[in-house]
Amino acid sequence: MEQGPAGGSGPAAAAGAGGLLLPLSETEQQRYSELFSRCCPPPEAAAGGSSVGELFRASQLPPDTLHQITTTKILSSTLLLPYTEPHCDLGLAGEGVDEAFYRQLKYPHDHKPSPPSSATLVSSGKIAQLGTQSRRVLQNTGDEFLIQITEVCGAKRVGYFGPAQFYIALKLIAAAQSGFPVRIESIKNELPLPRFMALKNDTEVRYGTPAEFHGVKFQVPHATLEKNSYKRTDEGDKQEPKSPPMSPICSPPASPSTYQRTPLSYGYGKARSGLEQQHGGRIVLQKFRVASKGLNPPGLVKAMWRRQAAGLKNKCKAVLMEEAAPYEVRHSTHQQDGPSSGNYGAKSALTCATPNRGSFDVVQNWCSAFGSWEIEECESGFLRFPMPFWWPPCGWCQCPSLQSLSVEREQQDSGTQYSDDPWRITEEQRDYYINQFRSLQPDLNAFISGSVAKNFFTKSKLPILELSHIWELSDVDCDGALTLAEFCAAFHLVVARKNGYQLPETLPETLLPEYLQAACLKPMRDCALFDSYSEPLPSSQQSRDLSRTEKSSAEEVPDNSALLQDGKKDDKQALKVSTALKTIPKEFQHLTVKAVAQEHNALRARPRSRSYSSTSIEDAMKKGEEPPTPPPRPQKSHSRASSLDLNKIFQQNTQAVRSGWLPPPPPALPPRPSVSQTEQPSEVELHPQMNRPPSQAEENSSAKKEVALAQPPSKPARRKLRTEAQGLETPELSPTINVTSSLPAAKPHLPVQKQSSKQKRTIQTAIRKNKEANAVLARLNSELQQQLKEVHKERIALETQLEQLRPVTVL
Amino acid sequence: MAVCIAVIAKENYPLYIRSVPTENELKFHYTVHTSLDVVDEKISAMGKALVDQRELYLGLLYPTEDYKVYLCHSFGQAIVGYGYVTNSKVKFVMVVDSSNTALRDNEIRSMFRKLHNSYTDIMCNPFYNPGDRIHSRAFDTMVNSMMMQVC
Repeated sequence: MEQGPAGGSGPAAAAGAGGLLLPLSETEQQRYSELFSRCCPPPEAAAGGSSVGELFRASQLPPDTLHQITTTKILSSTLLLPYTEPHCDLGLAGEGVDEAFYRQLKYPHDHKPSPPSSATLVSSGKIAQLGTQSRRVLQNTGDEFLIQITEVCGAKRVGYFGPAQFYIALKLIAAAQSGFPVRIESIKNELPLPRFMALKNDTEVRYGTPAEFHGVKFQVPHATLEKNSYKRTDEGDKQEPKSPPMSPICSPPASPSTYQRTPLSYGYGKARSGLEQQHGGRIVLQKFRVASKGLNPPGLVKAMWRRQAAGLKNKCKAVLMEEAAPYEVRHSTHQQDGPSSGNYGAKSALTCATPNRGSFDVVQNWCSAFGSWEIEECESGFLRFPMPFWWPPCGWCQCPSLQSLSVEREQQDSGTQYSDDPWRITEEQRDYYINQFRSLQPDLNAFISGSVAKNFFTKSKLPILELSHIWELSDVDCDGALTLAEFCAAFHLVVARKNGYQLPETLPETLLPEYLQAACLKPMRDCALFDSYSEPLPSSQQSRDLSRTEKSSAEEVPDNSALLQDGKKDDKQALKVSTALKTIPKEFQHLTVKAVAQEHNALRARPRSRSYSSTSIEDAMKKGEEPPTPPPRPQKSHSRASSLDLNKIFQQNTQAVRSGWLPPPPPALPPRPSVSQTEQPSEVELHPQMNRPPSQAEENSSAKKEVALAQPPSKPARRKLRTEAQGLETPELSPTINVTSSLPAAKPHLPVQKQSSKQKRTIQTAIRKNKEANAVLARLNSELQQQLKEVHKERIALETQLEQLRPVTVL
Repeated sequence: MAVCIAVIAKENYPLYIRSVPTENELKFHYTVHTSLDVVDEKISAMGKALVDQRELYLGLLYPTEDYKVYLCHSFGQAIVGYGYVTNSKVKFVMVVDSSNTALRDNEIRSMFRKLHNSYTDIMCNPFYNPGDRIHSRAFDTMVNSMMMQVC
């Protein structure tokens, strides 16, 4: 329907009526007219409220803005059509098919038309359907924008969207999307064309000019998703309570122009596509549901879904299935999981050919929309990374919507490998953490001390209380230092907290150090471990049951935040080895990890038990037991014996030497042996001393050393003996001998003097060593005495007992 | 049946105090406070002994009979206090209800040991400044278990 002239006249009319010039550029006119025609079924010249509502919602503005737009006072009543609906709201300002259709969109379960209040016009459920959003940008709940827009553009007042209202609304949408407030004045600005997400699952798939996607960061799909899920659960509690999730980008979109039709070429490779798929699926779902209600028979819808799902990630399928409520379909997709399980990237998944071209396009668009998520930078300055991790919407941890999400997860067949779990560390995150660890501590196997870690984490500007709690969670062994795994867990928790997730009460399983370490080691093992750790959600799948039985014995069931999807597990199983193989390693892993965990606890406990030594009788006993440890020492008696042997050898040597050197004159003998004896005892002392210190370490080698050591002292001893003997000899010998020995006595005079100092030194060292040996021996003696006493006591006690027990013999 | 567990700092101000919620909670706090005198007295009495030998566990702080009588009058139950002091002069005081079953000494000691363990874990946390109030959730859990298990 050619609305060109109408489009042209519309603004003019509006301008005339409202006294306001609505400047529309050429492109704008074209665009607007095109959109208008979309919204207007041919017979009418005014856009039905419902279709307009859809369009507006597709603009991804928060509903309140839209509401503003539509209710702007500019729009006068000169618009066009014979809509005489008394209701002002967008939702009901249609007639006939539109109205019914719209109402259905709004209240899917509400089968009788009822005039909703104007305020609920853009109820969150509705909006959700087609993807409004961006609370992050405008800090509003989704509903408000649309409401604003409808208000501002006057459609609310009028009751319908005439071209003028429509165009104004579009302008306002563009303004809002560009970040301007929803005011009449803002439409005067030079605005880009408003952007719309995929509107309907029908033919037209050209949406919002790509060029405008730059300025504003929209959490488009997230809000969409939220709303979708909101709508889906229909409980109204799915709104994300926490801060909006971050976008999962690894690389920013090359250009938004790639948004529309190109199948996810950018930013998707690493994207956590599961969720997106899921959400894409959800959105598609919504459309389908819409379509189905009005148009398609459920069977067809199901078929569409099925086909659709074939190209999507598992989770998406599961979501679709859930949405479809025909749970039996899920099983079919289950089977389809297998072949498609290899697809991780949304790209690959979506590029799977599906027969349903239209839906495929829609999904494609949705997913590409997800791809246009921009990198959400971390709020804190210190974590200034384009952290390529993302958080699933509606924090899994403590969001009240977790229940529904978990329900949803149950029914999903295998999720993506990474995913919705905020407590699971992705690969990039892990790498990042490891790099940070390296910056603090180059050795990856060493610890980061508490103070270093404190300084590091304080930079995150989290309150000390929370940092303290994070530390408490992550330092599993409570040693005041962080290993690599603990550091990763702590860092992950910090980042999670910075992004608004509440800290869990207990450490999630995926952040346990054993798990992280195992994960570091092998990805295969990771899967197995992961499987064994996944939560025991009810499931109809065998694998889940298997793991669940394992997990039922799991030590600690973390709170909901730690839910790891069964879907993931299944996915992995599908991906990797057969389930049979996996279960075995799973159990094994489970057990080993448990064992490790227990070991850790034991390790923890062990140092503790040692630390209090004075509080119990057992400790006293321990102390009492300590003295007995020296008993190995008495074995030195052997060494002493060996030294004695050596001494004997030395004695013999010395005697031999002496005899060799000089003929021992009988009168001189006594002093010599005495000298030799004094020397010998010193040597004896030397030996035991030398024996004792090294005995504990090495006895044999020490014995050899002793010999070696003994020999040099024996030489001077020998010499000493000799000289002393000679010295002693000379005065004692008769003068007759003097003559004969004077000569030889004279010779050694000089060497005697030199050796005397040496002798003194050796004597002094010997004395010192003797004293030490004495002290040691005395201590040993006392200990042994005590032991002896105790043993005596025991013996006496036993003897008395024996006496009592023995029958008394009467003589 | 620990009805009240308190961690007192060296300077005799409480770092942590937790009671079973009853209407007489304040009474428990008062009990803990008065027990500090007894603790100090015991510490000073042991001061001359060797540091190695000093018992960390102080045992029963109150003479049982008197307290029983007194408390029977007002509570209808006997509560007794036990004390434990660490090497850093941090005191743990536990008020137990002995009306049902008499807790053995070893059990009290083991409870104090657990408290001490948890306290050292808190100390290991670099974000904890000694002298701060204790906000650790792990500690809370442990204390709760102690209080509930016995009740």
